[in-house]
Amino acid sequence: MGGIRTAGDLVARMQLRKMRLAEAKEYVAGKLKVGVADLADSTVMRELRAELDIGVVTAVPGCAKGIDAKARIAELLGIEIPSVTKLAARVGRQLR
Amino acid sequence: MSSITTRMGDGYTVTLSADEVRRDLSEGSEDAARRGKIPALDEREIDYLFDLFASPRRIVGVQRGHEAILSKDGCGNTLYSAQLSSGVGLPLSREQAIRTFERAFGFDTFELGHTDYTFKQVKPIVSLEQTTMETVLLTTIVPLFYGAMPNLGLYAQPDGPFPNPSALLPEGKVDEAREAQEVAAEACRHDIVWTGEKMAETGADGFNMDTTAAAGDAEFLAALQATEELAAKTDLAVEMGMAAEVVLGFHGQLQYKGVRLAGLWPHQQVKLAEQAGVSIFGPVVNTNTRKSTPWNVARASTFVKACSEAASIPIHANVGMGVGGVPMFEVPPLDAVTQASVALIEIGKADGL
Repeated sequence: MGGIRTAGDLVARMQLRKMRLAEAKEYVAGKLKVGVADLADSTVMRELRAELDIGVVTAVPGCAKGIDAKARIAELLGIEIPSVTKLAARVGRQLR
Repeated sequence: MSSITTRMGDGYTVTLSADEVRRDLSEGSEDAARRGKIPALDEREIDYLFDLFASPRRIVGVQRGHEAILSKDGCGNTLYSAQLSSGVGLPLSREQAIRTFERAFGFDTFELGHTDYTFKQVKPIVSLEQTTMETVLLTTIVPLFYGAMPNLGLYAQPDGPFPNPSALLPEGKVDEAREAQEVAAEACRHDIVWTGEKMAETGADGFNMDTTAAAGDAEFLAALQATEELAAKTDLAVEMGMAAEVVLGFHGQLQYKGVRLAGLWPHQQVKLAEQAGVSIFGPVVNTNTRKSTPWNVARASTFVKACSEAASIPIHANVGMGVGGVPMFEVPPLDAVTQASVALIEIGKADGL
């Protein structure tokens, strides 16, 4: 789908939770408040990812990177991301 | 249209008439239907595939909105490894390779794995793997798997501690060969679970068992049992990619949840994978190098469609050199790779590749 160029990583996260492709796309589109077709549209997603601060594919100073972006993705999608949960436990507080 | 330029299963170009392409599509699908006892593709689906191969375009793609998820076996060794992994030998670390796949190649998921890519070989160095996983999880955004192969063959002498079934069977020692596979499978299961638990400790998103059942039914049993244990003990999402289209019965009598493993086809394999707790299943359909790419793609689409229809979990069909309709060649031609990819998503209804 294009990974972090689009919403491929987000749809993939829902597939890891056993959602079939159509269901995963619907779920992510609902959370992002966009159409399903927008999920693979890099023009739409580049701006939306910056706005939501969930990581963009280009190297932009100040934009969330790595686990910083994943913490926001966990909250946005309403899922637990193990590495984020473990980091929160290590620093002794809930991230976001 | 007088002729269509396509490929044979070994990658070499062949020119066929329109009738020959349509015949190959039908015969490829019927071959899958006969072997797997599944429905062949219908006329509309054959027409779709015919149009796909009749297109003069160099590469093709799915319909807009039908984009699917890509997961990958073999980790980043495509970049840093040698020919043994079809690697291009770049002087990159694994961390650099993963970042490159995420940020430059736009992969939806990725995985960390050791160059040897076998659970048994990972055990002595698992702390290195854990440290690398922890580091990469801090710097990446896409879901990250740890991947390796069950590779039951490495448990047999001289590479491993157990008697070699391949040496016992020619001597007529069938019972001994079966017992050797059973004890090896138990050791393999233990190694997979142990590695999985270590990766769950690091916060990995998933765990990829690649080329599952390469050594037959005993290896498939080890992978299913390991999955069941990991699903019960950890939050890891398990992806199970198969090695071949049918589970070979090197043992012949092993069962999982009352189902004999030898001789299972993708649509049957996925049901056991689901019961074990697998999150994403990767069916394989072997490429026949003596048949055309239309024949192979139609055959692969037929098997994958049956698997997708049987499944309740996502299906990521294997599409690489020698599987999924792609020619068996080290540098697969892009025309055939994209035609196979489109077919497996649009006709096979795969959730990913």
